[in-house]
Amino acid sequence: MTAFAEIILVFVLLTNFTLLASARLSTCIRQVAAQGVVLGLLPLLVGPEGPGARLFLVAAVMLVVKGIVFPKLLFRSLRNANVVHESTPIVGHTASIVLGIGILIVSFWFTSRFPLPAGQQPVSTLVLPVALATLLSGFLLIVIRRLALMQVVGYLVLENDIFVFGVGLAHEEPLLIEMGILLDVFVAVLVMGIAMFHISRTFDHIDVDQLSQLRD
Amino acid sequence: MNFIPLILALGIAPFMVGLINRVKAIFGGRQGQPLLQPYYDIWKLLHKGAVYSRTTSWVFRAGPIVTLAGVLVATALMPLGSCPSLISFSGDLILFAYLLALGRFFTVAAALDTGSPFEGMGASREVFFSTLAEPALLLGLAAVAKKAIGTPLISLTEIHQHVTPELWAGSGLILVFVAIAFLLVYLAENSRIPVDDPNTHLELTMIHEVMVLDHSGPDFAFILYGAALKLWVLGALIVGMVVPNTGYMVIDLATSLVGMFVLAVLVGVIESVMGRLRLLRVSQLLVGATALSVLALVLEYRG
Amino acid sequence: MIIAGLILIPAVAGLSAIFWRSRGGRRALLVVAALVHATLTAACWAQPQEPVPQGWLGLDSLGLIFLTIVSVLFLAAAIYGVGYLRDEERKGHIADLEEGFLFTNVPEAMFIGCLLLFLSAMTLVTTCQHLGLLWVGVEATTLASAPLIYFHRHHRSLEATWKYIMICSVGIALALLGTFLLAVAARGVGDGEAGLVVGDLISHSSGMNTQWLKAAFLFFLVGYGTKMGLAPLHTWLPDAHSESPSLVSALLSGALLNCAFLGILRAHQLCVAAGEAEFSRGLLIVFGLMSMGLAAVFIVRQADFKRMLAYSSVEHMGILAIGVGLGGVGVFGSMLHAFNHSLTKAALFLVAGNILAAYRTKSIGEVSGVLRVLPVSGVLWIAGFLSITGSPPFGTFLSEFTILKAALDGGQYVVAVLYLVFLSLIFIGMANIVLRMAQGEPPVDHTASRPRESWWEIASPAVLIVLVLVLGLYIPPRLSDTLQSAAEQMGSGRPTETVAAQASAVSQSADPASKVTAASTRK
Repeated sequence: MTAFAEIILVFVLLTNFTLLASARLSTCIRQVAAQGVVLGLLPLLVGPEGPGARLFLVAAVMLVVKGIVFPKLLFRSLRNANVVHESTPIVGHTASIVLGIGILIVSFWFTSRFPLPAGQQPVSTLVLPVALATLLSGFLLIVIRRLALMQVVGYLVLENDIFVFGVGLAHEEPLLIEMGILLDVFVAVLVMGIAMFHISRTFDHIDVDQLSQLRD
Repeated sequence: MNFIPLILALGIAPFMVGLINRVKAIFGGRQGQPLLQPYYDIWKLLHKGAVYSRTTSWVFRAGPIVTLAGVLVATALMPLGSCPSLISFSGDLILFAYLLALGRFFTVAAALDTGSPFEGMGASREVFFSTLAEPALLLGLAAVAKKAIGTPLISLTEIHQHVTPELWAGSGLILVFVAIAFLLVYLAENSRIPVDDPNTHLELTMIHEVMVLDHSGPDFAFILYGAALKLWVLGALIVGMVVPNTGYMVIDLATSLVGMFVLAVLVGVIESVMGRLRLLRVSQLLVGATALSVLALVLEYRG
Repeated sequence: MIIAGLILIPAVAGLSAIFWRSRGGRRALLVVAALVHATLTAACWAQPQEPVPQGWLGLDSLGLIFLTIVSVLFLAAAIYGVGYLRDEERKGHIADLEEGFLFTNVPEAMFIGCLLLFLSAMTLVTTCQHLGLLWVGVEATTLASAPLIYFHRHHRSLEATWKYIMICSVGIALALLGTFLLAVAARGVGDGEAGLVVGDLISHSSGMNTQWLKAAFLFFLVGYGTKMGLAPLHTWLPDAHSESPSLVSALLSGALLNCAFLGILRAHQLCVAAGEAEFSRGLLIVFGLMSMGLAAVFIVRQADFKRMLAYSSVEHMGILAIGVGLGGVGVFGSMLHAFNHSLTKAALFLVAGNILAAYRTKSIGEVSGVLRVLPVSGVLWIAGFLSITGSPPFGTFLSEFTILKAALDGGQYVVAVLYLVFLSLIFIGMANIVLRMAQGEPPVDHTASRPRESWWEIASPAVLIVLVLVLGLYIPPRLSDTLQSAAEQMGSGRPTETVAAQASAVSQSADPASKVTAASTRK
C-alpha cells in the first residue's frame, strides 16, 4: 500500500520537473492531466480498511474531471488561440529545471522540521514534502511563463497539490465539500478558458506578459 | 583475482564498440562491419606514422597519452560483479570521476592547441555538457552508497558488492532513478545519440569527433582505445547498479558480462531509433539527469 | 429556513434572469430580488436564526453584520443599476472613453444574472459556519464577478479581468491549503474528528497543535488577504475596480472585500480561542500598516479618480485589519468601520459613475466644476470624500477614532503614529483631487449635452451618505449590541462590561467636536 502510494507521489514530483522543462503546450496539458489522473488513484489507498464507496466516487469523479474534462477545455482554448509552443519563458527552461531541483531540496528540508501532530496517519511520509514541492512548482510555473494557458496549467498544478495534501493526510472531508471544491475548480477553468478566448481574439496572442497597460 | 576485471576490460572493450556498430547496422538493414573491426583499426593505426602540425606544441602530443593513462587507471578502479577491483580504497569514486575529468581536460587542451576553430567549438560544447553531467554522476553514486551502507564515501567495490537482490526489493525506485540518470550521463560522456552523433561527417554538428580531428597514427589509436575503455568503464558502473550480486564470484562475473552486452545492444537500439537532440535540449536533458539523481538522493535521506 | 431563502432566492433569480427575454422584466427582477433579500435580512435582525443542522449554516453576530452590509449595498446598487442599464442601452455602440475605439457590452441578461449569483455567493460566505463551505463561497464570488468586471468589452477591462481571476484564484487556492492545515491542526483532539465547523473548532481549541494552527492562519491571511486587498497582495484591485462599471466597483469594494475579511476573521477567532492571539494580531497589524502606507503613496499622485477610490479601499481594509489586530475596543471600532466604510465607498463609486457618464473621462485633470454640472452629485462627492477620510460628523470619524484609541490604550505608540501619518497623507492627497474636481469652471466641450440628473442615479448614493451621517450621530442600541458581541467573538481581550461601557461612551460622544475635545472627555 505504502509503496504504491510512494510511486504515485514520486510520479507527481517527476511531472513537476517535466512541466518545468516542456515548451510545447499540448505536452504540458497532457502532463498536468496525467498528474491529476494518477492523483485520482490516491484516495483509493487511503484508510486502513480499504476504500469505501465514498472514496470510490471521489476517485471516479476526479479521474473524469481531471483526465477528460480539463484537457478538453484546455485543448479547445489552445486551438482557438492558435499557438503551439511558447517562446522562451522569463526564466529559461534549463534554469527552470535547476530551480525545480532547488525547490525539491528546500521542500524536503523544510518539512523535515515540521512533525505531524499526533493522531495523523498519512498515506506515506512523502506527502508533506511532495505537497510543498508541487505548491512551489505551481507557483513557479505561474510566475515565469508568459502564456495565459501556462498560467492556467500552473493553477491546475496548485489544485493537484492541495488535493495531495488533503487526501494524503487521510482527511475526511464531507462528500459535499469535495464536490463543491471540484465544481468550483471546474467553473474556474471554464471561466479562464472563456477569458483566454477573449484575450486571443482581442490581442491576437495570449502572452500575458504584454498585458501591462493598466498601471500607475 | 583482482586482475580479472582489469584484464576483461582491456580485452573486451573494443568488442563493445563493434557490438554497438553491428546493432546499428542491423537496424539500418545493412550487414555492417565485422564485430572485431575496432581491433583491426587500432592495430592498423599503431603501425602508421603520425603527422603533426607545425602550430602545435607538446600539449598536442601529450593529449592522447594522458587521456589513455587516465582511463587506464580508472579502469583499474572499477570492479565487475562482486570481483573487487585492482585498486580500491574508501572514496575512490571521487578519484574515478576526476581521472575521467583529467583525461577530458587533456583532450580539450590538445584540441585547443591546434588553433582550429572547429576544435575550439567542439571543446566548448564538450566541456559544457560534462559540467552538467558531473553532478548527476556524483550525486547518483552518493545516493546508492548511502542506501547501501550508510555513508556516502566508500569504495566502488563495496558499492557493487552491496547491490544485492534485497537492496532491489527494498528501494528499487531509487536504483531505477540512479540507473536512468547514469544512462543519460553515459550517453553524454561517450558521445552517443541523443547527445552527439558519432557517425556524422559534418564538423559543425560534432562534439567529440571534432576535437580529435587532427590526431593521426598511434595517437589516434590511443584515442580510439581510450574511448572504448571509457565506454566499458562507465558501462560497468551502470551494470554494477542494475545487476544484483549474489555473492558467488563466477556467477556475478557472468551476469555482469551479460549485462554489459545487453547495455551495448541497448545503446545501439537507442542510437538507431532516436535522433540527435538540439543542443539546447541536450543541456535540459542533462540537468534532468541531475534532477533524477537529486531526487534519488533526497528520497534516500527521507527514508 | 430564512438563511436558505437568503441564499437560494438570489441564485434562482440569477439563473432565471439569464434566460429571461423581457428587458423590463429582468430589471424588475433585479430590484425585486434585492428587496426580498433586504427584507429577509431585516427579519434576521428581528429574531435570531437557528443554525441549520450539522451547524454548517448559521448567523452569528459577525455574519449578521456582514450580511447586512451586503444586503443594503446590493439594494442600493440594484436601484442605481436600473438607471445605469437604461443609459447603456440607449447608447448603442459605445466609443471607448480613453482610446476612442468601439466596443460592445456583455449582454444585459448575463450581467443581471451574474449580479444576482454574486449576491447569492456573498450571502453564502456570510452565513456559513463550515470553513470548507466558506472556501466554496469565496471562490464562487470570484467566478460570478469576473463577467461583471468584463462588462465593457475592451482590452483594458479584459486585462483587469484576467489579473483578477488569476490572482484571486491562486490566492484562494492558498486559503484552501490553509483550511486543510487547520484540519490537520484540529485532528486528534479529544474524540477524533472535529470537522471544520467554526463552533466545533472553538470548543476543541485547547488541544489544537499550535504550530500547525499558526501555519494555517498564515495561509488564511495570505490567501483571503489577496481577495481582500491587503498589500502587497492587492495588485489586482486598482485595475479591477477602475475598469468595471461603477455599481460593480461599489459592490466589489463595499461588499466583497468584507466577505474576504470574514474568512480571515474566522481564522483569527480560532487563534484567539487557542491562545495564539498575539501571533495573529501581530500579523494583522503588519499587513494593515503596509496596506495603509502603500495606499497613501499611490493616492497622492493619482491621475484616475476611480483608481484613487480603489486605493482608498486598500487603505480602509488596512484600517480594518489594524483594528482587529489591536484587540480590545479596536475590534469594536473595526466592525463599526466595516459598516461605515462600505456605505461610504459604495456611495462614492456610484457618484463616480455619474461623473464618468457626464464627463466621459476618468482622468482627474480633465474633470472640474462638478458642483455646477451635477449639483447633487457634486455635493455627494464632497460629502463622500469627507466621510471616507474620517471627518466628523460622519460615522467613519467615530470608528477610526476608536481604533486610534485602542492603539494608544494598548501602548502601541508606533502603530498609532504611523496610522495618523498615513491617514493625514491620504486626506491631503484626496482633498487635492476631490476639491479640485468639484470646484471651478466646467470644461466647455464635454458637458454640453448632459441632461438633468435622473432620480435613479442620485437616490442610492444620497441614501447611503445619509445613513453614514446618521451612524455618526447615533448608533441604534441593537446595532451596537450586535457589533459588540461580534467583537467579543473575536476576543476583545477585555471583560464584557468594560467593552460595553467604552462602546456606549464612544457612541454617545458623537457630536461634531474636535478630536482633542473627545480625548479630554474620555480621560
